Amino acid sequence: MSILSAPRSVAAEMPPDRVVPPSGFTAQLTVLAAAAMAFLAVFALALGSAAGRLAERWDAELARTATLRISAPPDQIAAQTEAALRVLQTTPGIASARAMTSAEAQALLQPWFGPDLPVALLPIPQLVEITTTDAGFDATGLRARLQGEVPGAVLDDHTRWRAPLIAAAGRLRVFGGLAVALIALSMAAMVTLAAQVALAANERVIRVLRQVGASDRYITRAFVRRFTLRGLAGAAAGTAAGLLAVLFLPGDDAAGGFPTGLGFQGTGWLIPLAVPPFAAAVAWIATRTAARRSLRAMT
Amino acid sequence: MIELRKVAYSYGGGELFAEVSLALQPGSFHFLTGPSGAGKTTLMRLLSAELLPTRGEVTLFGQPTGAMSRDDVAGARRRIGLIHQDCQFLDHLTLAENVMLPLAVAGRQPEAQGNIAELLAWVGLTRQADQKPPSLSGGERQRAALARAVIGSPELVLADEPTGNIDWEMSQRLLTLLAELNRMGRTVLIATHDLNLIRAARALVPARTLRLAQGRLVTAGADL
Repeated sequence: MSILSAPRSVAAEMPPDRVVPPSGFTAQLTVLAAAAMAFLAVFALALGSAAGRLAERWDAELARTATLRISAPPDQIAAQTEAALRVLQTTPGIASARAMTSAEAQALLQPWFGPDLPVALLPIPQLVEITTTDAGFDATGLRARLQGEVPGAVLDDHTRWRAPLIAAAGRLRVFGGLAVALIALSMAAMVTLAAQVALAANERVIRVLRQVGASDRYITRAFVRRFTLRGLAGAAAGTAAGLLAVLFLPGDDAAGGFPTGLGFQGTGWLIPLAVPPFAAAVAWIATRTAARRSLRAMT
Repeated sequence: MIELRKVAYSYGGGELFAEVSLALQPGSFHFLTGPSGAGKTTLMRLLSAELLPTRGEVTLFGQPTGAMSRDDVAGARRRIGLIHQDCQFLDHLTLAENVMLPLAVAGRQPEAQGNIAELLAWVGLTRQADQKPPSLSGGERQRAALARAVIGSPELVLADEPTGNIDWEMSQRLLTLLAELNRMGRTVLIATHDLNLIRAARALVPARTLRLAQGRLVTAGADL
């Protein structure tokens, strides 16, 4: 080596976090914690997203429909149904009204009673499916008219059970957000712990750095950079794994129910991409706070 | 540059020294000697603001160390080249990276590109540049500590027993380097119990010798 040429190890500028020893269990702990938390965060976001979609769907599907149930002796049922349809056709706000066939009624009951149900032998009320206009109809007025002209009719405008369903879906959405917040807090706690352990384990390193004139800001920056990068790398891996897992869940169409419809749609797939930078920000804040506190305590 | 006014330091219930006063003028060269346990290392640590005096005042670059913030201390340390008895390094970095650490923490790393190879050659560590500190011998570590202490051209060099682990030839080379630095206007203070080193220095540099014994600091005569 020529006396005037720099040694290989100083040919490039040394990044500040080079002064932090690279190995140790705190490194693995940070990466693992970030990966696990990001994986869980993706599921929490998927839950929130699915709950939001479900609430919108229930709201849209149920808002423009109503059902009329006619319970009457068998010899009167046809007459009352015709009377009810006449009333509905002349009610403002109702777009269409249609008496459901016994086959349709059987299809509705099939999930509970099976395909062999003898509908004709059972005193099943006649159902009338109502589709409303965007403006909707006056439910109180219609009930009063039906009471006079179709005594066996009961109007169900779905508000009674639509509201709790939408509220439940909204609550699920809130739980999803809460889960993300708790995951972020847990990750912050874990990174803080790992950073404190790393700072304590590297007391000798810090002493050497101070001896050569490193300010607390420089030392903090070195540790923060190291832990932020670890947090980012772990969270990126966890997010990728979480997205793959969500991708391979059965979709809505496959099973039709909520739990299997967990996932993202359209641009919603971009939301989890915010998890790694968010995790890095959490790691940055947690390490900075821990480093400042630890360095203040070190004489 | 550095002034100690009636400085006392107590340790473990007893007073190590008291009423120590000293002024190191820019460009001066001092030896600090005395028996083991007299407090030479403690005095050196007071001078680098690693310790605060129990009584009295240490002024470093015009600022009392007791009134310095952490940033002030870091700033002052960047103006001092420290060589400790137990030279400590960052074991995961190469020797060259360790040597240029003072420049890296001061944001002056690009300056290292040119002179680090020259400096390592001067202290005889060219071949070891890419080795990690745990693989170095005691003497190599001592020489690396010297290189690290002077790479940033500090205004003041504080060396605590710098020749403790090196042979006489290397001690002479180290002394020559410190004398060169002193000729360039740097202030040097060497704590040592090696009287041969002090005698050898007289041929190189007009050095003043201070003796710390029985809790008092006195100027030693030519009878050393």
